[in-house]
Amino acid sequence: MMNAILALAPAWAEAHAPVLLIMVPLMLAPIMAMLPNGRLAWFTAIFAAAAAFVFALIVQALIMTGPTGNISYAIGRWPPPLGIEFRVDALSSLLLLLITFMSLLTAIFSWPTIKAEIRPAKHAMVYCALTLCLVGFAGVAVTGDAFNLFVFLEICSISAYVLVALGERRDRRALPAAFNYLIMGTIGASFYIIGIGFLYAATGTLNMADLASKLPALSDSRAVQAGFAFILIGLALKSAMWPMHFWLPNAYAFAPSAVTVLLAATATKAAIYALARFLFTVFDPEAPFVAMSLDYVLMPLALAAILIASVQATFQTNVRRMLAYSSVAQVGYMLLGLSLATVAGVSAGLFHLTAHALMKGALFMAVAGLVLTYEGTHIKDFSGLGRSAPWTMTGFAIAALSLIGVPLTLGFQTKLQLGRALLEKGYLFGVAAVAIGSMLAILYIGRILVAAFFEPPVNPRKARAEAPLLILVPLWILALANIYFGIDANALYALSQAAGRAALLVGGGS
Amino acid sequence: MWEFILERANYWAIIGLMMVGLYVVFSSENLIKRMVGLSVFQTSICLFYVTLGKVTGGTAPVLFGPDTPKGEAYAGAETDGALLAATTPGPAELVNLYSNPLPHVLMLTAIVVGVATLSVGLALVVRIREAYGTIEDNEVRDMDLDVARLEAIAAARHDKSEAPA
Repeated sequence: MMNAILALAPAWAEAHAPVLLIMVPLMLAPIMAMLPNGRLAWFTAIFAAAAAFVFALIVQALIMTGPTGNISYAIGRWPPPLGIEFRVDALSSLLLLLITFMSLLTAIFSWPTIKAEIRPAKHAMVYCALTLCLVGFAGVAVTGDAFNLFVFLEICSISAYVLVALGERRDRRALPAAFNYLIMGTIGASFYIIGIGFLYAATGTLNMADLASKLPALSDSRAVQAGFAFILIGLALKSAMWPMHFWLPNAYAFAPSAVTVLLAATATKAAIYALARFLFTVFDPEAPFVAMSLDYVLMPLALAAILIASVQATFQTNVRRMLAYSSVAQVGYMLLGLSLATVAGVSAGLFHLTAHALMKGALFMAVAGLVLTYEGTHIKDFSGLGRSAPWTMTGFAIAALSLIGVPLTLGFQTKLQLGRALLEKGYLFGVAAVAIGSMLAILYIGRILVAAFFEPPVNPRKARAEAPLLILVPLWILALANIYFGIDANALYALSQAAGRAALLVGGGS
Repeated sequence: MWEFILERANYWAIIGLMMVGLYVVFSSENLIKRMVGLSVFQTSICLFYVTLGKVTGGTAPVLFGPDTPKGEAYAGAETDGALLAATTPGPAELVNLYSNPLPHVLMLTAIVVGVATLSVGLALVVRIREAYGTIEDNEVRDMDLDVARLEAIAAARHDKSEAPA
């Protein structure tokens, strides 16, 4: 299949795929803002996301068929340690595929909800911001320059603040939520950039590959260790690692539905990617200060996230807030995988990252569709919806079962791999935490499913109506993906394994 | 001891500024003041980078005298990074001592990012003031809490009315 993609792609696309992936949406975004009508901007946004997805496919094909397993693109032909380099390996290309695919589905599905939730005058601007978000996330994954990563991180964050604030038409609480997100996000980015400053002072370079070759000799330097601490905390803030997740639940709960889908599927993922890149590729995971922070900072916090955030989720009565707390718990699973620092562990963490994007995307899409026709995100508002909107609710249920980790769904496969990686290291307590987290997931997700399928409808607004087709189709694509990969996960797991190897620089990666 | 502290006076100033900014962000209830704190924090980072770029005895980083790039290749090199990198003298070949210009360039970018963040933040404060009539964080939080309480009471009533049926 990869060879077929290469045969179809023109030569210019192959040569410049990593940079076109960023430039096409980036150039289209300001054009979208100037378009007079929202529908036109919607089409342009779909085109931009589709183009990015196609380029991501080409990049993936190039990496799988190429001899070295990575692509390096020197911007302006400046040779890498001097100039900015775009560098794509298996890890970044997995993220690129995920981000562009989810952005494409979000762009397609977003029109009915944006039409209902946002003033018509702002539609074009919304699509501009959504596309800039995509640019930022993809840029984080594609860049090989530590400072460039900061710039892309801020591009997506600033457009995310704006998008979250747009929820104010439905609920004014979106405004303080966006403001807190802005404060926390900016502090996170600032910490990251302080850390980069320390690394630059110690090594005199900003190129990640160059940093990676110079840092092992400097692992006793106080400046490098301080820089590591700043970068870890900064990226942890961005990826909503417990206990630095306070911006996340409100931002997800009050943002417009389409924005929640995009953020839940991609925002924390990009930050976790950056974290993995720094922990394993730039810094040496064998160095004492990195190994120690993996064992004594990342792992305990990941376990705490799984347990505490899951418990918090069981107490929520608002479905979107509940799913947001569940996201914090799921970030815990991903970081638990990363904290093992073995190929199996990192692969399992990245596998769960991919799976989580697919299932949380589907869940929030279904909620968006239901809110559109029935309004209200309280659990009570979901009573009887299994009968009123069977297709939407069944899609929701499939993704929900995947979130719990029921066999024959993707969630089961990822938790299986995570459990295996934990057992390999003999961490039984980790397996126990994963099991308890899954049981708590049964509790909180179960409440919604019971209300939807076993309680009589109480919502008088509409007796029977599905979500619009534009929402149903992307929702079911994701739901079917959850089942398909749940039965045969080999293809997806192979991608995650290649990514894990590339992150740890094992076997051909660099 | 004193020498150690005084030699690093610029770092002490930067750390002081950083802490002031961070403290204001977390302690202040006024949203505008929090934005001010954030700006101070970001400015201190800019100063940190600028400090890093200083080379003792170095001059402004414009190549002059014997360091000027020569050769015919240079004429066409302005548009091509690879060619320019090849024709410009490397750090080891320079005769004069220059300060490092790169951190300054990085901070230009960071300042732009900071301005964008500040403007989005202030725009949000304006909208919060329109929606809530206040820019004090604690008052906003109290109002949100009242709304949440009303929602909870409404949900409880809903439960009761359902129970007999």
